[in-house]
Amino acid sequence: MNPTTNEIQSIAILPELILSVAGIVVMLADPFLGAKSNRRPLGYLALAGTVAALFATAMQRSSPGASYFRVIQVDDFSVFFHFVIIAITAVVTLSSLDYLEQQRIRAGEYYALLLFGTVGMCLMTSARELLMLFIALEISSIATYVLAGFRLRSAASAESSLKYFLLGSFATAFFLYGVALIYGATGTTNIPAIAAKLAEGSTTGLTVMALALMIVGMAFKISAAPFHVWTPDVYEGAPIPVVALMSTGPKAAAFALMLRVLFGAFGSLNEWWMPLIWVAAVLSMTLGNIGALMQNNVKRMLAYSSIAHAGYVLVAFAAQKEAGVSAAIFYTATYAAMNVGAFAVASYQAGEGERYVSIDDFAGLGRRSPVLATTLTIFMLSLIGIPLTGGFFAKFYVFKAALASDMIWLTVIGVANSAIAAYYYLRLIVVMYMKEGDESTPLLPVPVSVATGLLVAAGLTLYLGILPESTLDFAIKGARQLLLIH
Amino acid sequence: MTDNQLLPYLPVLLQLLVAAGIGAGMVALSAIIGHRKYSRVKMQAYECGMTPTGDAQHRFSVKFYLVAMLFILFDVEAIFLIPWAVVYKDLLRKFGWFGFWEMIIYIGIVLVGLIYIWKKGVIDWNVDDAKESASGSD
Repeated sequence: MNPTTNEIQSIAILPELILSVAGIVVMLADPFLGAKSNRRPLGYLALAGTVAALFATAMQRSSPGASYFRVIQVDDFSVFFHFVIIAITAVVTLSSLDYLEQQRIRAGEYYALLLFGTVGMCLMTSARELLMLFIALEISSIATYVLAGFRLRSAASAESSLKYFLLGSFATAFFLYGVALIYGATGTTNIPAIAAKLAEGSTTGLTVMALALMIVGMAFKISAAPFHVWTPDVYEGAPIPVVALMSTGPKAAAFALMLRVLFGAFGSLNEWWMPLIWVAAVLSMTLGNIGALMQNNVKRMLAYSSIAHAGYVLVAFAAQKEAGVSAAIFYTATYAAMNVGAFAVASYQAGEGERYVSIDDFAGLGRRSPVLATTLTIFMLSLIGIPLTGGFFAKFYVFKAALASDMIWLTVIGVANSAIAAYYYLRLIVVMYMKEGDESTPLLPVPVSVATGLLVAAGLTLYLGILPESTLDFAIKGARQLLLIH
Repeated sequence: MTDNQLLPYLPVLLQLLVAAGIGAGMVALSAIIGHRKYSRVKMQAYECGMTPTGDAQHRFSVKFYLVAMLFILFDVEAIFLIPWAVVYKDLLRKFGWFGFWEMIIYIGIVLVGLIYIWKKGVIDWNVDDAKESASGSD
């Protein structure tokens, strides 16, 4: 067998290939449609692309290993995150179909950018080479910078896009600087090779500096405190389906990247990054929850809530070992399901020009649209962490792992924070059911596409809360493989 | 030890310091000991330079910006092609046609981009700006 051809297995990047081709077709088809014609078919095309990519990901499970000159790694870890990210894109596409019509945005590029961004996020989870990781990070970031500014008539959207772009590219530059320094220190950008080099040699100032810079870049992407300041402003201005994507997809990918870098490359330096992660976890949980308490805008509230949830995942990082890593992976999936669902409800309820985004606008939603209110209740209960929803097991595994690693204080702070968080999530439920809205507001019939997206998200949230074992097993396998790669 | 790692770069640092010192020193010295006499003739545009007709704070068509951006994109494409062409024989020997088709796919994607911007009317300079922004806002 020729060893060189063995290196190039297109199955290793098949989901990405499918998504890219679908994105290119959508992009190319858009200018050929008339300026006034409906862009909905392009949305369906994008949806078909994500479904095909999900099947391709399922096929990948049978051919694990490194390929493309040891740049791409296919294992349970990458496959798990591929499933999560592509499913997020599918639900976001479903909730975008009607949103774009409501806002009268006629742009097929929207769907193309969604798909291109997804390609970047997927590659972030399967790359085992720092330069590839960086390129994937850029693909995903640039697509989301543009998507954030898609409400063309809104100054807030342009502001959101610009802020995200300026701060985001600054953060990526930090990451790249870290990559350059680690290359200077070890002479390689291959993650397993870096790990081997760091394990044998003594720690130098250069490697610690590289580690710190990369943590800054990654903490920005997961919006962990103290690098979280951009989150509420960016989420407030961006179109809601895009926020649904930004708060879950790139974040899931960034968590995968962070797991790969911290445990894959810098595993032997854990006494250096542990305190940083500890502090970031405590700050994110506390600042996120306290910030969310004071918000009246649902988008801003969920933005602060996403900062808090990044903190919970970092608790799992701090717990380390197989239990911590698998808890982080599981948490990411659960968080994606419930958060993308919550934003999908908000995006349909917001109405033309995103007028109804304050918490009071949700008053009487229980009467106006039982479907939206019920699903949003499921998502809020899951965000709190009530049993029978995915959020419960996600938090349970995280805190269990933290206790097993003797991180008693971190667990106490985390549990206290979950209690604080219950207040603002419950407030939304109370407003929906207990407060009478304006009688004149019309009933909100839910279109099929939105209902399908909500059904998928709510179904997964409940599934993870009732039958978490198989997903957790998958996450544990992924964690084991991540910790063993050489 | 950090010192040992960075020691070989000491000449670079010295070079930087000397260069910065000479540059800053010359500017500072000429500011301190130089004479300045302004006259009408001296303040005029030099030789065949144009006499200014106003300040630069005009509104430009966004097209200039788009064209500049597209130029960078296609320029980068050319930059990728040159190293590929240089190692092409080597690629062919090692990986067969793989290297060739990879580049064809890459050029194909850039071509799709060109078709896209063409159809979007980015390179069409005959369209009136005001008209276009009116149709674009709906």
